[in-house]
Amino acid sequence: MTETNIGAPIKRVEDKRFLTGRGRYTDDLNQPNQLYACILRSPHAHANLKKVDVSQAKAAPGVIDIFTGSDMAADEVGSLPCGWQIHSKDGSPMHEPGHPPMAVTKVRHVGDQVAIVIAETKSQARDALDIIEVDYEVLPAAINMDEALSGKALVHDDVPNNMCFDWEIGDKEATENSFSDAHKVVSIELVNNRLIPNAMEPRAAVAQYDPSNGNYTLHTTTQNPHVIRLLMGAFVLQIPEHKLRIISHDVGGGFGSKIFHYAEEAILTWASAKVSQPIKWTAERSESFVTDAHGRDHETKAELALDKDGKFLGLRVSTKANIGAYLSTFGSSVPTYLYGTLLAGVYKTPAIYCEVKTVFTNTVPVDAYRGAGRPECTYLLERLVNKAAKETGIDPVEIRRINMIQPDQFPYQTPVALQYDVGDYPRAFETALKASDYEGFSSRRKSSEDNGKKRGIGISTYIEACGIAPSAVAGALGARAGLYESAQVRVHPTGSVTLYTGTHNHGQGHETTFAQIVSDTLGVSIDQVEVSHGDTGEVQFGMGTYGSRSLAVGGPAVLKACNKIIEKSKKIAAHILEASVDDIDFKDGVYSISGTDRELAFGEVSLAAYVPHNYPIEELEPGLDENAFYDPLNFSFPAGCHICEVEIDPETGEVEITDFTAVDDIGRVINPMIVEGQVQGGLAQGIGQALMEGCVYDNEGQLLTGSYMDYTMPRADNLPNLNVSTESVLGASNPLEVKGVGEVGSIGAPPAVINAILDALSSLGVEDISMPASPSKVWQAIHNAQ
Amino acid sequence: MPTVSMTVNGESVSSEVEPRTLLVQYLRENLGLTGTHVGCDTSQCGACVVHVNGKSAKSCTMLAVQAEGSEVSTIEGLADGDTLHPMQEAFRENHGLQCGFCTPGMVMSAIDLVQTNSDPSEHDVREWLEGNLCRCTGYHNIVKSILAGAKAMQG
Amino acid sequence: MYDFKYQLANSQDDAVSAQSSAEDGSFLAGGMTLIPTLKQRLAQPSDLVDLSGISDLIGVSAEGDSVTIGSMTTHAEVASSEIVSSKIPALAALAGNIGDPQVRNRGTIGGSIANNDPAADYPAACVALNATIITNNRKIPADNFFTGLFETALEDGELITAVTFPIPDKAAYAKFPNPASRYAIVGVMVAHTGGETRAAVTGASDSGVFRSSEIENALGDNLDSSAAKAVSISADGLNNDIHASSEYRAHLVSIMASRAATAAG
Ligand SMILES: Cc1cc2nc3c(=O)[nH]c(=O)nc-3n(C[C@H](O)[C@H](O)[C@H](O)COP(=O)(O)OP(=O)(O)OC[C@H]3O[C@@H](n4cnc5c(N)ncnc54)[C@H](O)[C@@H]3O)c2cc1C
Ligand code: FES
Ligand code: FES
Repeated sequence: MTETNIGAPIKRVEDKRFLTGRGRYTDDLNQPNQLYACILRSPHAHANLKKVDVSQAKAAPGVIDIFTGSDMAADEVGSLPCGWQIHSKDGSPMHEPGHPPMAVTKVRHVGDQVAIVIAETKSQARDALDIIEVDYEVLPAAINMDEALSGKALVHDDVPNNMCFDWEIGDKEATENSFSDAHKVVSIELVNNRLIPNAMEPRAAVAQYDPSNGNYTLHTTTQNPHVIRLLMGAFVLQIPEHKLRIISHDVGGGFGSKIFHYAEEAILTWASAKVSQPIKWTAERSESFVTDAHGRDHETKAELALDKDGKFLGLRVSTKANIGAYLSTFGSSVPTYLYGTLLAGVYKTPAIYCEVKTVFTNTVPVDAYRGAGRPECTYLLERLVNKAAKETGIDPVEIRRINMIQPDQFPYQTPVALQYDVGDYPRAFETALKASDYEGFSSRRKSSEDNGKKRGIGISTYIEACGIAPSAVAGALGARAGLYESAQVRVHPTGSVTLYTGTHNHGQGHETTFAQIVSDTLGVSIDQVEVSHGDTGEVQFGMGTYGSRSLAVGGPAVLKACNKIIEKSKKIAAHILEASVDDIDFKDGVYSISGTDRELAFGEVSLAAYVPHNYPIEELEPGLDENAFYDPLNFSFPAGCHICEVEIDPETGEVEITDFTAVDDIGRVINPMIVEGQVQGGLAQGIGQALMEGCVYDNEGQLLTGSYMDYTMPRADNLPNLNVSTESVLGASNPLEVKGVGEVGSIGAPPAVINAILDALSSLGVEDISMPASPSKVWQAIHNAQ
Repeated sequence: MPTVSMTVNGESVSSEVEPRTLLVQYLRENLGLTGTHVGCDTSQCGACVVHVNGKSAKSCTMLAVQAEGSEVSTIEGLADGDTLHPMQEAFRENHGLQCGFCTPGMVMSAIDLVQTNSDPSEHDVREWLEGNLCRCTGYHNIVKSILAGAKAMQG
Repeated sequence: MYDFKYQLANSQDDAVSAQSSAEDGSFLAGGMTLIPTLKQRLAQPSDLVDLSGISDLIGVSAEGDSVTIGSMTTHAEVASSEIVSSKIPALAALAGNIGDPQVRNRGTIGGSIANNDPAADYPAACVALNATIITNNRKIPADNFFTGLFETALEDGELITAVTFPIPDKAAYAKFPNPASRYAIVGVMVAHTGGETRAAVTGASDSGVFRSSEIENALGDNLDSSAAKAVSISADGLNNDIHASSEYRAHLVSIMASRAATAAG
């Protein structure tokens, strides 16, 4: 491979269409004879559906048809499936109550689907919603987790105490023993606040059924079209895959929320056959708030045992995780294998035990949101480490140094299943301390105090496991599917290339980074490479984009397919040059016979592959088009250190982030410009979680933060410029030596921010604050401490 | 149904619309100008920002009939053939976009900023963007893009 | 949005008669409040009467010791008006901080005060500056205009044509924004005009803008900021929501008053 592109900040190939308004987002697409759908949603958190009367609404102007859950049930439409099986401590499988795309007997959260109206225009569909008559028998709702666990109100009649599962990981006995030996035990209780993902593009779908051949096409806002095809085709609608095409061209952000197979996809696809016309549905933002899977929502108690020198001996964690009203596609994996397995962090804690009770409530399903499980873990750990520093009197920097896994300890087996492959945590840590001028902090604090402000600095380190997944490991942990990734490299006769990838680009820049890999590997210029994704009709297969897996799993598949191209094309070149394959060198897109000046250009060989006069037809098929599937050896383990500095106005409780430094080890950097952008975006979401974002339900299960009037989104004036850099150790789990970058910002940032706030306020006697640390909460904490 | 006429990206258009048709619906659905996006229903995200008579406006919070006789310009009208507007080019150069969904609104809003304040500071840019949400970029590169675009627009 | 009839009025009379002949007519100014309300189907007017074509409702003028702003003048126009900036800079600054640039480009002073959102900014300015709201058939002192939550002294079909602000000796507005919506959690306008000190508070109370006599007494003629800060406002009756408790709001009233006083100099 020649590295002219890899490692270079190549400008993005995809930008021009977005900058000129020519993106193809789902709501931008229209089909001939298209109808419009609106969905009637439950206004109640929990109610029996006694009667849904659509007769009057059906007669409204423009209405074509209206369907309810009973209509879908009559067609034996299946339940929306969950992709990850978890077993409780006692070995029993998790409870998996049915999840009908539209409610049949009961609604279980505000926003649950009740009926779909299909009309000639969107306004007509919306008008008709108002005249559907629904007789709800309102039931007591289980909203917070303690209430739910008391079992007074049952979200699903057959799930006792609303407990989906009661899971554990780690060696309980060894951990208990470490606590008996401890010199000091530090404990903490905290909440990881529930978040609403809020990709800027609301979800949308356009479904089309062709009665002449029985084919279905669904355009949808998904991060993984093949997964939707598999889940919806096989489990929900029983449509064979060759009759079902899923397309998601441009998607306006996902952050996890567009991984899952959503009810509307199944409802629209099913209904499009009923009416034999294309149907379009686009969520209003207020619908997104009550239907897109939410994230986080943990309540945790944890204890850390330390010896007299401040070394960590053991960690004991007990978490309650809210899973919402139904099990969403990956809901069960997030508070378990994406959480408990990371509890070692970057530290040498020898004994760890974690138990997680996962609870159904009458709220929107909770599933993966940027970081998924790892932010929850990191927040817990880094808050606890800071508290340990405070209670032992050891400096927060020093306590981390003492306990950090050292570079010579790899591969490092943690007590919670994972084996870290490579890393150098002290390096990123020390670099971050320098980059943030940690030493100079006290003089900055002084000048803030001179202005009546409080200043604090907070550190967080983190590790994450990404590159999902080594499929055998994932399977052993309960994943119901392996997570290989595929690539197809098609070299056209004149030597230009189309790459088909099973990953999905919704802002990550694959059309550029993947083209960089192809370009360097095959020696063709980048403008000769087109990256195709997001269409099951074009791409052979794929598991999509999430869990920072695209480059770590999809990238090596690209490399592998390119290598197959090289292998085959060398044979063609050898034939034309009348040489032995072993003597053919391939470099920078040129085939040559070693030690001679006889050579062939890439385009000459590709032309010969398709329209040859002279071809080794006996030994080799014509064509130059190769597939590859790749499964990584292990997860990859990005890690790093984030340092946040805040200035607080004690009169109002306002927190200003004055500086934020992130030093991340993400393995090989293919495109530093894109990497910085990914980190910055993740940091904004992490800072958002720490300072601004929090989903609030009232006791009846009404969402109080159901629009941007009440759900605080980070805006440009909430954030500083972000000091982002990488300090990489090349990855060891895949041949590209990459690790993953999409989630690091949202994982590392929240505890850094909160630790900084607590540092700033410690002189006022404030010891704890919960996220989001809004001005009112900060003021209240100061007020209470005085 | 009333008839509405306006100039969009330099071309005169005229159509019958229901009075309740929003300008953004008119642009997207009647005129097929789908570069202007809808990201919320409470007038807060700015994905829909266009220019009406040279000033930035949220096209989701205007009726099409309110634009009667106006000059409307959208993201589709900025580039000159294959040559991007300096603000578009600045976004490309500075990686000011990821998923691209907020981008048309950001660019239209940014151009109005520079028309109002030809030499904005970083602080000015961040304040000006109060009505434009981006979930992908953390704003860092958007701010950088706009500062560069402002310089380039001064030519 | 429910359907409605739309008409563009070209004079004040035209607007008033169009509204009165409609079954349930509503004036449409900048639409920055009305259109979001209609989109959420929270209102169902039969007719919208668009005021944007009435040119004599737009503009700023100074006469003697007052400034008059036409009801259809946008927040952006007020913010950038040379007259307002020189005579009542606090008002220009307030207008320049309402919502975002796109809201300011279309939202109007008339629409804002007619709507009387309890967290809106202009009502505080009107009350603190002792403004007079001029309608198509009378003049209403600001003190009598804002009557409660989204309630005003306007009769059905009464059209605000302008607002007249006496020019203060000193004035400033300090706003603590709601982190999500950026409307005021608490906003305080303090002004000293012709021997009288006024402090009007928005955002804090569900019944909308109010004058705080405790703050006014503390401020005195010199707009004493430390005295304002020392005032302990009672939390009774103040808003309590997910963004701010009533105690926090009460506290912010003194802080914002004090900051406004400092800014007023
Ligand atoms: C995203 C966003 C952020 C905002 N932030 C703020 C903020 O921080 N602070 C703030 O104060 N406001 C804020 N607003 C509200 C904004 O200031 C509105 O412009 C204002 O409240 C209404 O003015 P309008 O001209 O848009 O009126 P419209 O929406 O057109 O009308 C509002 C109401 O007033 C009536 N009306 C309008 N004009 C007249 C008239 N001349 N006579 C009689 N009745 C009339 C209408 O019939 C209607 O009932 C925000 C709005 C948005 C969308
Ligand atoms: S669509 Fe969100 S402000 Fe217009
Ligand atoms: S680039 Fe995706 S929302 Fe801004």
